Amino acid sequence: MNLTRRQALALSVGATTLAVLGVSTPRAWASAESTEKAIKEFTGGATPATGRITLDAPEIAENGNTVPISVSVESPMTADDYVESVTFLAEGNPNPAVATFHFTPLSGTATATTRIRLAKTQNVVAVAKMSNGSTFVDTKLVKVTIGGCGG
Amino acid sequence: MATPKPRVKVPAKATKGEIVTIKTLISHEMESGQRKDKEGKVIPRKIINKFTCTFNGQPVFSCDMAPAISANPYLEFTAKVMESGTFVFTWLDDDGSTYTAENKITVS
Repeated sequence: MNLTRRQALALSVGATTLAVLGVSTPRAWASAESTEKAIKEFTGGATPATGRITLDAPEIAENGNTVPISVSVESPMTADDYVESVTFLAEGNPNPAVATFHFTPLSGTATATTRIRLAKTQNVVAVAKMSNGSTFVDTKLVKVTIGGCGG
Repeated sequence: MATPKPRVKVPAKATKGEIVTIKTLISHEMESGQRKDKEGKVIPRKIINKFTCTFNGQPVFSCDMAPAISANPYLEFTAKVMESGTFVFTWLDDDGSTYTAENKITVS
């Protein structure tokens, strides 16, 4: 069989793709349900309301390895009324847990920024828990061009 | 891997009651436990799983981290300063080691 250079290249690319797909084993990924479960665990069974919390994430993340996300929650941050914690969950990652921030009245504001890994295009959820027990949620869809989980 | 090196940015001066922004960065590969090496074996997880910040011994901010945090974890948060003092930052590694940094702030 005589192959032109172009055909040979195309074949080798195809073979590599197959090989890559072949070795990847199925994993248990996070889903909307397991995220829902994680939210319930965090809030103690309550369904969080919307509002007061703002999740800021890019609409399109070119590199899933470092996606900047920030959160801010409206709160006076006094000793009797402050934001206790904010948890981040990623619906399409191998594990929904991302990070949990714990604030105190000394934080001054409930604002924080970090960088996270996202495996694919997915919803990122932020849930805030206030000192009086009420909870708030915000969700953002982040489109990921290159996934950031390796393997 | 080289010892993780923390870097922290805190303003040197502030006025009483001011809310200052603190930025922290630590060099750490945050191996997620999801990746495989050339032989197809899973590379064991090794991440920083907890960060805390205290001011004069009082907790200000802390963060629990999962493998979904990027390499060289970056954190930005705020603190309300009422008096001069020292911020102590602590990072806790999966292998039990801790990395710390300290920053003084003068409040007028």
